Parts: sequence; C-alpha cells; structure tokens
Amino acid sequence: MHIPEGYISPQTCAVMGAAMVPVISVAAKKVNESFDKKDIPTLAIGSAFAFTIMMFNVPIPGGTTSHAIGATLLAITLGPWAASISLTIALFIQALLFGDGGILALGANSFNIAFIAPFVGYGIYKLMLSLKLNKVISSAIGGYVGINAAALATAIELGLQPLLFHTANGTPLYFPYGLNVAIPAMMFAHLTVAGIVEAIITGLVVYYLQKADEENILYKFSYKLRGDNR
Amino acid sequence: MKKFYIAAIVIILLTPLGLLAPGSAWGEWGLDEIKNMIGYVPEGMSRFSEVIKAILPDYSIPGFDVNFFQQALGYIFSAVIGIAAIVLIFAILGRIMGKPQKKNG
Repeated sequence: MHIPEGYISPQTCAVMGAAMVPVISVAAKKVNESFDKKDIPTLAIGSAFAFTIMMFNVPIPGGTTSHAIGATLLAITLGPWAASISLTIALFIQALLFGDGGILALGANSFNIAFIAPFVGYGIYKLMLSLKLNKVISSAIGGYVGINAAALATAIELGLQPLLFHTANGTPLYFPYGLNVAIPAMMFAHLTVAGIVEAIITGLVVYYLQKADEENILYKFSYKLRGDNR
Repeated sequence: MKKFYIAAIVIILLTPLGLLAPGSAWGEWGLDEIKNMIGYVPEGMSRFSEVIKAILPDYSIPGFDVNFFQQALGYIFSAVIGIAAIVLIFAILGRIMGKPQKKNG
C-alpha cells in the first residue's frame, strides 16, 4: 500500500503532507515527554521490525502481492504516538533508499501507514479489551482492522485521482483507476490475506512479549502489556 | 541478548521469502506495467516517477539481480542497509531529544 511517486498529484501530496505535520509534531512532543534517551533503542527496534516485516510480500489471489505492516503491534507496545514516529522513519527510509513509496508521497503514505493504521488498530485493541477479550485476541483484531483502515485510506487517495486530476478530454494525469476499482482491489488484498497475516503476527508477538522475562531485551516492549506505566 | 540477535539475524536471512510472491502489489506497478494495463502512461505519472533515484531500487542491487540467488542476496543486503539507516536516524534523534539535564543520556 506504499503509494509510488507520480501516482497521486502534487496537490494531493501537499494536502496529505500538511495533514501529517500536526501529527508528527504532537507525536514528537509526546515521545520526548514519555520516553528517555535509554528508550531510543526500543523505538529503533520497533521501526526496524516494521521495516523488515514489510519486506515479506505475501501472494494475493489474482497475481498481486501485499504484506503486513506491524503498525498495531507498535501502537500496542510503544503507544500510538511513538508508533507514528517509528513507522514514519521506516517509510522515509523505504522511500529514500529503496524507491518503495514516493518521496513526494511520503505524507500520504505516512498518513495511511503511520497514522491511520496504528491509531485505528490501537483504538480497536482498547475496544476489544473493554469487551473482556484477552490481549492476544484483542491485538490480533486490532491489527486486522488497523491495516484494513490504512488500505481503505490508500484506495480512496488513489481512486480520487482520475476524478480530480485529468486532461480536458478526461484522460487521467495520475493514477488511472477510480474509486470503484481501487477500493475493491485494495480491500480484497487486505481483507483476505494481508489483514490475516497482520493479525497473526500481532497476536503472536503480543503472546510472546507477555511471557518475556526481565532478562529479555524485548522486556521493555511489554510494560504496556503488563499494565505498568513504566 | 544473544537470543535476540540470533532471532534478528534469522528474520533478516528469511526476508528473501518475500521475493517468492509473484507479481507487484496492486497499485505499485512500474510504468511499463501501467502501459500494458491501460495502453498508455498517464502524463503526471511519467513526469514524477523518478523524482529521486533510489540507490537500491525495489530492494535490489542494480545489475546484480538476474537470478533468484542474486535477488535474494540483494534483498538481504537491503534489509541490513535499511535497518542500519533506521538505527542511525534514531541515534541522531536520541542526541537531539529533550534537555540533557532532564534526560538520562
């Protein structure tokens, strides 16, 4: 769901980038308040985990691929604001070094993957906990809904392009498929396969982290799961 | 700690599994694929497609991607470079975050 360069108009890139400015500045403030310098490796591991998990493409029926993003997992273990920062940095590196997602489209991609996904996923996780589901199941459901929310946002941004930006005779200037094509295609890939993979990874890691003891370097990831503040 | 590093290395070495899925992600096609699909390349797409040139495009080493073995090595190399870049950025952020007297650094 990384939007490549040229798929959305510069105007769309500007709007989405502008939308991310307040998110990132609030996130930076919150992270600076609630994390210490010694927590930096924890944030870096979260970011590196998301980066790596996105390299595991999975086949989608019909000959395309998709992948998990780890966004809800980061939101549950680090908090949604720190997840936003960690995911944005992973997306920045993907765009800069590997051409995965455009640099101009970084605002849109981080809006979808580093804002919508972790916050929706986290909200659903909290909702499921309040319904007395256990943490593993709640996190898996959160992961499933979070990645699908991001996929829907991506599909809408792409599908609006031919509607908003075309030549005088109606030829699309950027992404050529409308909402009627983009939404079903993106949602099919994520509702059927990528969402399930995201749910399983999220649930499994949460299950493992709950068991991590203090010797484990990943113990720092589990304080929120244990209900401690720090 | 040792177990963590072993797990991390195993995950990185397994990343080429991600190469086995055939095709592109929906909505992430190259310009040639777009041309095949709709018969032309939208003007804005070709204008902006290469604003910057990636050093390791699509997680591969340019010119070293003719067979699966090379692609897999390029993919693992890309994972290592990407993780190193992320660690570097966080190291820089760690230096500039907060006030030193308030943060334990």
